[in-house]
Amino acid sequence: MIAALVIIAVITLATAAVALALRNLIHSVLLLVASWFGIAAFYLWAGAEFVAFAQVLVYVGAVSMVVLFAVLLTRRSRVETVVSPDSLSRAVSAVITGVAVFGVLATAIFGTRLTPSTAAAPTVTVRDIGTQLMGTHAAALLIIGLLLTVALLGAVVLAAQDPDETNKDAS
Amino acid sequence: MSLDPLHLCLLFSSALFCVGLIGALARSSTILVLLGIELMLNAANINFIAFWRYGPAPAPATGVMFVIFSIAVAAAEAAVGLALIIAVYRHQKSIRLQEANRLKG
Repeated sequence: MIAALVIIAVITLATAAVALALRNLIHSVLLLVASWFGIAAFYLWAGAEFVAFAQVLVYVGAVSMVVLFAVLLTRRSRVETVVSPDSLSRAVSAVITGVAVFGVLATAIFGTRLTPSTAAAPTVTVRDIGTQLMGTHAAALLIIGLLLTVALLGAVVLAAQDPDETNKDAS
Repeated sequence: MSLDPLHLCLLFSSALFCVGLIGALARSSTILVLLGIELMLNAANINFIAFWRYGPAPAPATGVMFVIFSIAVAAAEAAVGLALIIAVYRHQKSIRLQEANRLKG
């Protein structure tokens, strides 16, 4: 039980760290897909099957494709997706900041006496989730739907090119 | 110092948060910064699931609901962020953060 969690955590963290350190953006995105799969495996391990499948659908399926499209639309040349190296001093200060934040968080976690329930995982069927979404959380579901619509329309407006601008570029 | 599953989950999520934080601070490619922020959001979701699984739960599906809504908001954020990156790239012909230093179109 614990061993599985440690293996999932190590794989997820290693792929995420390597992905954010690589210089080729396409390799980074593909490694992050592995990391998102690791997080989905954690959800399965914790007994939240529906969330695991939502994670796979949204992140592995949709977000990775959108990011890949952004990488391909913003490359300088036709074949290159390699970014120029970043400054070393910024990397060093970022690592120092990150390690300090992790130190604070780990101290807080170990300093807190948590009493984890030893009961079995609460079983939440898809039927329960549907009933709760349509009953207790109906208002939140509507707001999320509105938010997604507005956000995606806004994304289209932001990314769309003005026809005037296209003519100006061509002339 | 005890290593029960809840502590391990919290350590896992804080480590993932810090990996995302380091990535977002150290890289100058806007896409990688956005991916670092996505990782931090995922770490928060892991915390929700960990406390749903091992915490004293008043309602059995609360944590799952929260994570579903959080994933939806994260997806909207990713779409808007990438559209912003494409719009900035069109003006600056670059996605490096150092060169995107003016908001005027």
